[in-house]
Amino acid sequence: MNILTNKKVIISLLIVLGIVFPFIIPNLYYLHIMTLAFIWTIAVYGLNLLAGYTGYLSLAHGGFFAIGAYVIGILTVKLEMGFWLSFLLAPLVTMFIGLIIGLFALRTKEHFFAIYTLCVGYIIYLVIDKWEGLTGGVRGLIGIPLPEAIGPISFQSPTAQYYLAFIIFLLVVAVIYRIVHSLTGRTFVAIRNSEDLALSLGISTKRNKLLAFVLSTFFAGLAGAMYAGFIRFIGPEIAYTTITFDLLTYMIVGGIGTFAGPIVGTFLIVIISQNLQFLQDYRMLIFGPLLTLLIIFSPRGIVGFIQMQLYQRKRKKQESLAYKNREEETNAGG
Amino acid sequence: MLEVKGLTKRFGGNVAVKSVDYSVQQGKINAIIGPNGAGKSTFFNLITGVHEPTEGTIIYKNQEITRQPANVIAKLGVARTFQSTHLFEMSTVKDNVIVGHRLRTKSNLFDSIFRTKRLKEEEQQCIAKAEESLDFVGLSHVSDQLVTNISQEEKKRVAFALALATDPEIVFLDEPTAGVNPDETDEMANLIQKMSDKGLTICLIEHKMPMIMRLAHHIMVLNYGEKIAEGTPAEIQKNEEVIKAYLGGTVSA
Amino acid sequence: MELLLQQLFNGLTIGSVYALVALGLTLVYGILHIPNFAHGALYMVGGYITLIMMTEAGLHYILAMVVSICVVGLLSVLMERLVFYPLRHSPPIQDKVAAIGILLFLEALAQFIWGADYRQMSTPFGQVVEVFGLTLTLQRILIVFAAIAVMILLYWFLKKTFTGSTIIAMAQNREGAQLVGINTHKVAILTFFIAGALAAIGASLTSPINLVFPGMGHLVILKAFVIIIIGGMGSIPGAILGGYILGFTESLGATYLSADYKDIIAFVLLILILSIKPQGIFSKGGV
Ligand SMILES: Nc1ncnc2c1ncn2[C@@H]1O[C@H](COP(=O)(O)OP(=O)(O)OP(=O)(O)O)[C@@H](O)[C@H]1O
Ligand SMILES: [Mg+2]
Repeated sequence: MNILTNKKVIISLLIVLGIVFPFIIPNLYYLHIMTLAFIWTIAVYGLNLLAGYTGYLSLAHGGFFAIGAYVIGILTVKLEMGFWLSFLLAPLVTMFIGLIIGLFALRTKEHFFAIYTLCVGYIIYLVIDKWEGLTGGVRGLIGIPLPEAIGPISFQSPTAQYYLAFIIFLLVVAVIYRIVHSLTGRTFVAIRNSEDLALSLGISTKRNKLLAFVLSTFFAGLAGAMYAGFIRFIGPEIAYTTITFDLLTYMIVGGIGTFAGPIVGTFLIVIISQNLQFLQDYRMLIFGPLLTLLIIFSPRGIVGFIQMQLYQRKRKKQESLAYKNREEETNAGG
Repeated sequence: MLEVKGLTKRFGGNVAVKSVDYSVQQGKINAIIGPNGAGKSTFFNLITGVHEPTEGTIIYKNQEITRQPANVIAKLGVARTFQSTHLFEMSTVKDNVIVGHRLRTKSNLFDSIFRTKRLKEEEQQCIAKAEESLDFVGLSHVSDQLVTNISQEEKKRVAFALALATDPEIVFLDEPTAGVNPDETDEMANLIQKMSDKGLTICLIEHKMPMIMRLAHHIMVLNYGEKIAEGTPAEIQKNEEVIKAYLGGTVSA
Repeated sequence: MELLLQQLFNGLTIGSVYALVALGLTLVYGILHIPNFAHGALYMVGGYITLIMMTEAGLHYILAMVVSICVVGLLSVLMERLVFYPLRHSPPIQDKVAAIGILLFLEALAQFIWGADYRQMSTPFGQVVEVFGLTLTLQRILIVFAAIAVMILLYWFLKKTFTGSTIIAMAQNREGAQLVGINTHKVAILTFFIAGALAAIGASLTSPINLVFPGMGHLVILKAFVIIIIGGMGSIPGAILGGYILGFTESLGATYLSADYKDIIAFVLLILILSIKPQGIFSKGGV
């Protein structure tokens, strides 16, 4: 029992699973799906940092994902820069654009913020779709190069790409873990909880909201750049609201504002979708209602639900233990 | 130590606070009373920087703080509680209070990601502060409970603990005993007294007169945004205008 | 000159539809403070029901539209009962997510049942007429007049009937309305019905000159949001005025600026407005 709920055991098992996966299932298609799932998860972590921990639901997240993808696409294809340098620049440029947009967007709150960012997302999509000279318009950008080999390590094979994505994924998870489990994370949560209260506690909500927003665009941009490097072809549809809503679904199903939520939600849905191939275009027939039902009955998703169960079990145990102790005391006394 | 002059706040055409002059007496329990909608909460909001005053000045420790944002004012040592509590229900009491000391720490994103020595120290500092504050308000025994599972009165105490965790010199309490039963009200009063004994300056909004009369050293009465009286509890109890404002006599009730 | 007049009339047509959709959105927002992201899906379903009633059941355009109004109205009520009502005390992020869930579901459903193709809707009002030297189709004239008629009817209902006035009362002061004995459940249901009906009318009117497809609600709903932010969230005259302003701006922008970027106009407008006034143009309060 204990071993199943022990965090360290679970984490180590998952990492080992990630490492041996290409050997257990040497199927290129599954490798491809897993690699994509790592990438999506990173984007979802960005969204979760902002919407889950700070309480600001951004509907421009798919847009920032696309910006990351297009920056690396434009730098490598149009300007013929090297992969790694472009890969480094992509999230930074996305972050910079995020900073400018965030400065204005964060003056709004709640539904104004959601509508504002939805419009930002749409503008990003329209610009990518229409600005042929820069983005290739509807034809998109083809021929994004593979990452150059680092010393003896080349990234030709899907397995190598899988491990690359896996390593970046692990790094991101570690960084996010540290952010949310530190004073920075606590500050974000205080803002989500009540901005007035946070202000009265001396927290600069403006600065911290901007920080959360910029971080979220950083991870969106990073995921976008990884996606472009992996798929090697990008078109304007990756900037469409569909991507934002997909990411949102992963986050809500896994558990908004929970640490494990993005992984659980993304992998679960990606894997289920693969097994319901016939559903592809209609997957929202299931996930749409699931989204709505979860938010009504378990607003913190699967992970939040499990956390609550574990907590309640612990509480009951403590109570019965306390009760037993009292019994024993009275017995001893009598 | 805190002084306001000609403080006025207009919401559209509605004047919520009308040129109020007031000074908070250091180390004392200062009370503000008045009928519903008199502008008491707004008065607090102006001083603590939640709202910008339309006119007037606010001076704290010889420094003008008018129009400073709330977080800056909090850093100067001004803490407050709200009329309704805004705690995070799905998290433990202690986790709620830890962030209260955040304003005295300097760790940034870099420290968080690399878990620097500074971050570790400051985290310990915040946790220690939270434990100390919870102990002070008498909630050590529930510090690991989820907020959603504790009573209304305990939530009010958590809000006190949060305010105390900021290391304040002056604390503004907006109706700390609203929705709390009579027995517990007495205990809250004792807690407020204990805070005052510790050397904190208290500024308190309350509707419960017996409690005010017992606790306060100094009372100001607001009505329709205007200061209509000010003085010791005994003086206020006798004041004609105050009695009129309260429609005859509930002051002494 | 003639081009200008033609574009102005186009603006009037588009604006009429925008106003109808925005009206529904603003009513729901006014009463329940829900930004209903699923409103665009109602619009889309409205288009499909009319189309299907005409092609499959052989109904006349007008009759098909009536069926569509009823179906979408009820769908909208169902949404309120099953989703928004249970979420009424939840943090604001939740009803938005729930609405998005419904939106995704309805779109997938439409695609599942009716396919992803763009479909044409026929109309008995296809004739071309000449008015003041302008060549107009009867359908466009119908859009303008029908929309105006619906708005007048709505206005009369809200201002002159008792039931209508309860909606206004609740929009102005929720607690107050409850205190004077207004049944807030009923008002919410009614409001959602009207909002759905308006979306269905808008979609049915415009479908013969546009197309029917699962994603047809996307841009419209976004623009409706822009409109009600311009006009003041919850304001009825604001929604109408905003609808026409956007209609005119777009049709003129398409002609004189860039047809490619005409859809961007609304969003840029919104971004500008909210960047300057984060709480919308007509926000109350002294902050
Ligand atoms: N943010 C605001 N916007 C507009 N009007 C406001 C705002 N805050 C307060 N008011 C108005 O200012 C007046 C004073 O309100 P305030 O909350 O300060 O009263 P109060 O004395 O604290 O009342 P209570 O005892 O009920 O808490 C009221 O008329 C209220 O409607
Ligand atoms: Mg008050």
